[in-house]
Amino acid sequence: MSEPLLQTIDLKVHFPVRRGFVLERTVGSVKAVDGVSLAIDRGETLGLVGESGSGKSTLGRAILQLVGATSGTILFDRREVTGLSGPELAAFRRRVQLVFQDPYASLNPRMTAGNIVAEPIRIYGLRENRAAIRDRVRELFGLVGLDARYVDRYPHEFSGGQQQRIGIARALACEPDLIVCDEAVSALDVSVQAQVINLLADLQQRLGLTYLFIAHGLNVVRHVSTKVAVMYLGKIVEVGDRRALFRDPQHPYTKALLSASPLPDPVAERQRRPIILRGDVPSPIDPPAGCRFHTRCPIAVPACSAAEPPLSPSGGTLAACIRAGEPVPAPDPTPTRETVL
Amino acid sequence: MSGAPLLEIEDLAVEFRTGGGVVRAVDGVNLTLARGETLGILGESGSGKSVTSLAIMRLVRAPRGKITRGAVRFEGRDLLTLTPAEMRQVRGGSIGMIFQDPMTSLNPVLTIGRQLVEPLELHLGMSRRAARARAAELLATVGIPEAVRRLDNYPHQFSGGMRQRVMIAIAVACEPKLLIADEPTTALDVTIQAQILELIRRLQAELGMALILITHDLGVVAGAADRLAVMYAGRVVEDGPTDAVFANPKMPYTIGLMHSIPRADDEGALSPIGGQPPDLSALPPGCAFAPRCDFARPVCRERVPEPRTVGPGHRARCLFDIDPARVGAVREGVAP
Ligand SMILES: Nc1ncnc2c1ncn2[C@@H]1O[C@H](COP(=O)(O)OP(=O)(O)O)[C@@H](O)[C@H]1O
Ligand SMILES: Nc1ncnc2c1ncn2[C@@H]1O[C@H](COP(=O)(O)OP(=O)(O)O)[C@@H](O)[C@H]1O
Ligand SMILES: [Mg+2]
Ligand SMILES: [Mg+2]
Repeated sequence: MSEPLLQTIDLKVHFPVRRGFVLERTVGSVKAVDGVSLAIDRGETLGLVGESGSGKSTLGRAILQLVGATSGTILFDRREVTGLSGPELAAFRRRVQLVFQDPYASLNPRMTAGNIVAEPIRIYGLRENRAAIRDRVRELFGLVGLDARYVDRYPHEFSGGQQQRIGIARALACEPDLIVCDEAVSALDVSVQAQVINLLADLQQRLGLTYLFIAHGLNVVRHVSTKVAVMYLGKIVEVGDRRALFRDPQHPYTKALLSASPLPDPVAERQRRPIILRGDVPSPIDPPAGCRFHTRCPIAVPACSAAEPPLSPSGGTLAACIRAGEPVPAPDPTPTRETVL
Repeated sequence: MSGAPLLEIEDLAVEFRTGGGVVRAVDGVNLTLARGETLGILGESGSGKSVTSLAIMRLVRAPRGKITRGAVRFEGRDLLTLTPAEMRQVRGGSIGMIFQDPMTSLNPVLTIGRQLVEPLELHLGMSRRAARARAAELLATVGIPEAVRRLDNYPHQFSGGMRQRVMIAIAVACEPKLLIADEPTTALDVTIQAQILELIRRLQAELGMALILITHDLGVVAGAADRLAVMYAGRVVEDGPTDAVFANPKMPYTIGLMHSIPRADDEGALSPIGGQPPDLSALPPGCAFAPRCDFARPVCRERVPEPRTVGPGHRARCLFDIDPARVGAVREGVAP
């Protein structure tokens, strides 16, 4: 067994919901992350999937200490990180970096690309002098496939894919152990997305990086991850080895999610029978009692609303469902013209 | 089915004047669509998909944007020659349209009911009462619970997926012969996307509509489209039966796209297209893809290749006969 680089234990992040203007009062809370226990091994990529609002970004931000945990534990390299301050927090911040979805919004438009990448090197004192910093910036540009002649250009002079490379170079400048990629390739066009995915894989091999890869696109997550966790309304409903989880998902929500993804192949796509879930995701302010998925679950039984099922082994993964592994019916597809004629 | 196509776009061109020069957003697009058929338009951002659909509806905004040439024949009539009043009858009447972001096309200060009733009165001459009853029926058809009550709600009172359903209800209210769906599910989560695609499929089967489905997602068109048109830099670079384009892509750009998507069974590195998408205000002469193409030769940079028949109903704008299997090999450094 390898040692987890990062571990969360029963982590909760609740945001108070306030009403009233003069006499503001708390009327409830958004349970964005509500009891998440996860481990990421050194050198692996944990893919985190789930629909928007399920709490993926909040979990990532809590791990980065960008938002405070309401309760629970975060261990990085075996040390508790919640409540760190001063130089210890700074040291932690250097080792865990974030790459965002919108590269442009995350880059200071008034700084040159070279200075953006140099800034963390200066802040953390990772190189002795200006010449060494300049060399390191050029090296980082090379590492992410940017032409080092462009160091003096501004972010808007780069394409979306190149901006994302600048964001990655800035993260690498810190010499991190863990990079949280929050929808880092989701906004990129397919061809550019593939370039960045290859780059991330290449960097992982060369530098021994660990990734928390947050995305809602399942094809991409399957491609990049070693382990995958599925999140629904603040909870992990299933987690397991990437191959096992995609081959034989156990939780009905995972099954629905996988079956809902269109396949880029007309023959396979015609045979796909999606499990169509009813309705929208309920509010995280007042999540359903018991299993949070029971209101949309095609195989829910009365016991599902009584108690919250813990993650337990089923098939090759861990799933939080009392009916884990049971078949979920998919409706017959609407007949297409071909099948009617 | 009668021989004449429902829609025939011929040599359509649209330009925008911008500070950076003239943007040739659409440059010589030819497309045809039979009754009841589904055409997928696939392309990356900026390739001209939305502008093409806006041009069909004559919604390109003057004075900066202008349709500079071409014809858009719908049931034999060139829409580009209609008067504004005639065009209003077509929009929302015989052609319906849905967009990626429902908030841009739903009016935030009008109730959903008002927005549904309006086309029914305008195009079908229904009375207010009849239109309201029909509006509630339509909302129920697209899967909105408590339809009668929801007629009095405003767009912001619906979730993203529900708003998309409302927009679909408005688009199909007058039982159009053609529905144009521009990235209808791009902003939605995958389970909601599945609901919306299923709804569109059902309505299409029930109403016998033709559908133009615009997307950048190969998965979305793979199952839904009978035929596919791939756009790059304002031109259709390949079109043909969906199966043929997927199984045997001929334009190096299409081949590159197919190699760029992670698939279920492969584990190795992807082979993406190198380089960056082109700047439409400074397109190179010749094939716009040549700067990124592994197979480009000097002649590719001299003139724009005409569409060439490469299979039954399958055409590609490429001078050469490329074997898709060799594309990866070339990129790995094996000589062409
Ligand atoms: N700062 C905040 N204040 C209040 N609610 C928040 C805040 N950040 C996120 N949320 C809420 O927490 C939930 C989870 O959001 P998020 O973590 O962004 O989900 P995801 O990344 O999976 O889309 C959502 O309901 C969101 O509205
Ligand atoms: N109103 C406009 N003014 C200037 N340029 C525009 C305008 N609308 C679209 N364009 C340009 O036209 C090209 C094609 O755009 P569009 O059809 O929206 O692409 P797609 O839908 O394929 O992403 C892009 O380069 C875009 O910047
Ligand atoms: Mg997020
Ligand atoms: Mg568009």
